[in-house]
Amino acid sequence: MGDKSMSLEDVAGTVESGMTIGIGGWGSRRKPMALVRELLRGDARDLTVVSFGGPDVGLLCAAGRVRKLVYGFVSLDSIALDPHFRAVRERGGVETAEYDEGMFVTGLRAAASRLSFLPTRAGLGSDVLTMNPDLVTIASPYADEEYVAMKALRLDVALVHVNRADAAGNAQYLGPDPYFDDLFAMAADRCYVSTERIVEPGGLLAGGPAQSLLISRLFVNGVVEAPRGAHFTSCDPDYGRDEAFQAHYASAARDADSWELFRKTFLDGDEQAYHEAVAEFHANRDGRQGEGR
Amino acid sequence: MTETTRAGAGSNQAEPEIIQAEPETTRADTEITRAEVCAVACADVWRGVGEVLAHTAGVVPSIGARLARLTTSPDLVLTDGEAYFMSDPPPLGRTAADGGVVEGWVPYRKVFDIVASGRRQSMMGASQIDRYGNQNISLIGDWRRPTRQLIGVRGAPGNTANHRTDYWVARHTPKVFVEKVDVVCGVGNDRARGAGGKGLRFHDLGVVITNLAVLDYGEDGRLRVRSLHPGVTADEVHANTGFEIDTSGATETRLPDETELRLIREVVDPRGLREREVSRSTGS
Repeated sequence: MGDKSMSLEDVAGTVESGMTIGIGGWGSRRKPMALVRELLRGDARDLTVVSFGGPDVGLLCAAGRVRKLVYGFVSLDSIALDPHFRAVRERGGVETAEYDEGMFVTGLRAAASRLSFLPTRAGLGSDVLTMNPDLVTIASPYADEEYVAMKALRLDVALVHVNRADAAGNAQYLGPDPYFDDLFAMAADRCYVSTERIVEPGGLLAGGPAQSLLISRLFVNGVVEAPRGAHFTSCDPDYGRDEAFQAHYASAARDADSWELFRKTFLDGDEQAYHEAVAEFHANRDGRQGEGR
Repeated sequence: MTETTRAGAGSNQAEPEIIQAEPETTRADTEITRAEVCAVACADVWRGVGEVLAHTAGVVPSIGARLARLTTSPDLVLTDGEAYFMSDPPPLGRTAADGGVVEGWVPYRKVFDIVASGRRQSMMGASQIDRYGNQNISLIGDWRRPTRQLIGVRGAPGNTANHRTDYWVARHTPKVFVEKVDVVCGVGNDRARGAGGKGLRFHDLGVVITNLAVLDYGEDGRLRVRSLHPGVTADEVHANTGFEIDTSGATETRLPDETELRLIREVVDPRGLREREVSRSTGS
């Protein structure tokens, strides 16, 4: 089996301006944040981002990299909305395709099966059809019914983050929910997986059952070892969401000056610098809490 | 468990704040509260529905589903709001990581399959709702450039297309009950019956429960007041509803019985989270 291990820079280098990028995970859970941060360090722009969105969408919007957002929602889970998403929407700064969550999954399934659409009841009669005027309904050939013909959400590149992978690209999740990462991989021309740890071939089953082997190397073009690569989103059971840091992110996003400071502190350096700055954030915070007691 | 794992177990970081905000007097006062009336009205939504997945958004609807499970609807299927079905649910607002007994695995991908199967019933919130039960949770203003971005359509279109959907409104005001919603997320009766409705044969709007009343839909598909909560007048509902609403057939919402009251106070919601959701909203 081939060795598909790559660096963060290698992966970001394959993402070109104008591409359609699918990002795995769900809200503020198991997001490929190290890869997203690497995109911020690169110069790809005018991206179409397809995501059950969280801070991945927020960061890319804040950096002005997004032309169009295709989403089921953009939430930080413990905070209802990503503040950058809210801001970019309220200034009309991005084109959008908002779908019902089930429609979004249907669109990924269509793309993964190389179909141009799949039928669904979700969306009928709702303003999802108004907000997406290119969506049409289709008459059932078998019954007197109409369905929404949900368009395939085909991707140029998919980025996902998993708990473990081997260098050949077999990817394993160990948390409670696979989300839709396998569908993202199959819906994309190319998929890149970041992982907490690259393990030896055959080593994956030491960590979890065969059912946890979520994505086959059939659908993976590159693997990046990125410890804490989902930070500050959750990557159970390796680590939970960093709620204190997420709260800091959300509060910094509320005005330009504090965001500028956040960016300089956490995002302008490389990945190692990011994690060092986060460690310092926590050390300072623990110190302040200690004084308060 | 490491400290970092603990910090992220479930999405319950607001929990300490809730505990601090808990009014200490809740339990001592035996007078039945408005929140308890609402909880029982919510429980009645699930009465005798059989083996159906209960989906709820909000504290009071969650109490209602759990109460129904313990009383009138023992076969109801509950989740922890994350990836598990729970034969014995975790403490209110918590996940399987914090307790309870798991009886099934239901990652998000399975939820959408269950929605499509129809074996589900949903009680959602509403930022806006009109006389036909069209519901909006997406945004306020023009969708191209909203004045206020809200949470998005989420699963509302699919829910209303596939199975019974009820709504819970913790604060009944003319800003919520509007002539026209800005975005139709949950589909109302007029649209379901109109040209767009060919395929909406599973569309089924049940009731809207608010801090003031229980509303249902008449033959014409329009909201009307089924019952006023004890102490609420029809005038109050008219004043807080942004469209004309028929209150002529309104009875009084029933009170919890002793068993229900004990279950709410001692088993389902011993920390009194219900009072926070409703008292915050019924105040001036």
